[in-house]
Amino acid sequence: MLKERLIQYLLLALALTAVLSLAVITVFILREGLPVLIEFGPIRFLTRSEWAPTQGQFGILAMVVGSLWVTLGALLVGVPLGVAVAVFVTDYSPPLLAQVLRPAVQLLAGVPSVIYGFIGLKILVPLIRDSMGGAGLSVLAGALVLGIMVLPSVIAVSEDSIRAVPQLYRDGALALGATHWQSLWRVVLPAAKSGIVASIVLGMGRAVGETMAVIMVVGNSLQLPSSPLEAATTLTSNIGLEMAYASGAHRQALFATGIVLFAFIMLLNLVASAFRRRTIRA
Amino acid sequence: MPEERRSEGKPTRRRLGGLNARNTNVLAGGFVWLAALGTLAILVFIIVYVLWQGLPHVSWEFLTGTPTSMGRTGGIGPMIVSTVALSFLSVLIAFPVGVATAIYLTEYTREGTLTRIIRFGTEALAGVPSIIFGLFGFVFFVIYLGFGWSLLSGALTLAVMILPTIVRTSEEAILTVPKAYREVSYSLGASRWQMVTTVVLPAALPGIATGVVLGLGRTVGETAAVILTAGAALHMPTSLFSPARSMAVHFYVLAREGISDSNAWATGAVLLVTILFTNVIINRLLLRAMKRQAAR
Repeated sequence: MLKERLIQYLLLALALTAVLSLAVITVFILREGLPVLIEFGPIRFLTRSEWAPTQGQFGILAMVVGSLWVTLGALLVGVPLGVAVAVFVTDYSPPLLAQVLRPAVQLLAGVPSVIYGFIGLKILVPLIRDSMGGAGLSVLAGALVLGIMVLPSVIAVSEDSIRAVPQLYRDGALALGATHWQSLWRVVLPAAKSGIVASIVLGMGRAVGETMAVIMVVGNSLQLPSSPLEAATTLTSNIGLEMAYASGAHRQALFATGIVLFAFIMLLNLVASAFRRRTIRA
Repeated sequence: MPEERRSEGKPTRRRLGGLNARNTNVLAGGFVWLAALGTLAILVFIIVYVLWQGLPHVSWEFLTGTPTSMGRTGGIGPMIVSTVALSFLSVLIAFPVGVATAIYLTEYTREGTLTRIIRFGTEALAGVPSIIFGLFGFVFFVIYLGFGWSLLSGALTLAVMILPTIVRTSEEAILTVPKAYREVSYSLGASRWQMVTTVVLPAALPGIATGVVLGLGRTVGETAAVILTAGAALHMPTSLFSPARSMAVHFYVLAREGISDSNAWATGAVLLVTILFTNVIINRLLLRAMKRQAAR
């Protein structure tokens, strides 16, 4: 019996690793970033766009705005496409094609972000430059690359929630004379709404947090972008680029940027899991 | 007249202007098909493009050689070794912890505050972006614990990163093991731990293996977290404390700094083939797990 007890406590200790890791991550990022954040003032930090870390100027507004634009663009591309693919798999696809599509989407999630980034740089960037003008390295390029990268999360979560809608709903709508699409648009998708919203929020988290692909296509300019064709920078890409050489207060400012990013992502995850839980209950 | 009547539903007209329900049905169906085939096409394009650009430059010398002049010439031998070392080390660390977590959650406790905390931690960890893991690994393992830029720092960081994946897949796998199995084991006088090790774990193995391979795949492609914790040294790692450059990091440096497109694509091709390979294994394992379940 003593052995069983010991095993139980050992398992509990191991099970607490994830929580503990999360706590250590939070503590160490705060410890490194808070001093600069407090000294410079959180409001100034968030609302100024002058970023001259060697001269003590730490305004991350341009990065916040860049992240928001790129993410919004990614959602505009990824959400309609992703939800459509989810609907295809559940309600349109011949069984054989669905069997091909599922591992394909899984593979799309497995392609390393650096590869997305370099293909974006080699194909999308010249395409945008030649057809729409500007340098090509732009908010638009970032949004398109991220739009594809968020597809797997949007598809997976939407598909689950659409699949959870009882077949009876579809049959009922069809029996009332609705077309196939009407039954989906008016009955099935509204019933799956919470799950679809969760998938969007999750995709948003992915887009905001993605680093390497964005660095390669977004241009990394500290100016506030005034059109989708202009270069921008994001919270993640600035951290990723400058951590390579930053030290002292500069490095601390990058950790402070990390705090902002971390807080935002945690908020998004809470929202997403709240919506997901609602789906499961419904 | 019956044709017209069918499209008379008022709400449809209001929302869709001149489109009647039938046309909308066809158009929407077209969009849905287009989206699905488009997604497939994007994937096929990515794979074909990378292999087409990269494979011609891949040779035995490239795979085994050492990089010269910053990777402009020479091979990627040390990067392959570093990638394999990082991936296997991180899974080696995350596997026991993840499976133990899953066993604890499913077999040793009832749903309550404690499980809710553990689940919250796991779920939240899954949403943390890799650059944050990189920052954390850098300040905690590299600096605070003094491991420096090394295989060890990189593997530990990656282990934390893939822990949620292993917990989730293991838990799902364990939950599919029928209750009757456990009851039979208890009725034969087994203790809980005996029951877990002799009945539950063997039955859940294919599912657990899926999580492990999924974790391996993620570590192979990870860049942001690795570059900040394992560094980007070009030479062959000789110990746990050697700095190392993974294939993904090598690809990134070559591509971004414009050192060599051809060597970047060649590295990318090797990277992508590795990912393809792990995905095939995952699907095999999933299929086996499903078959086992169906056989019950």
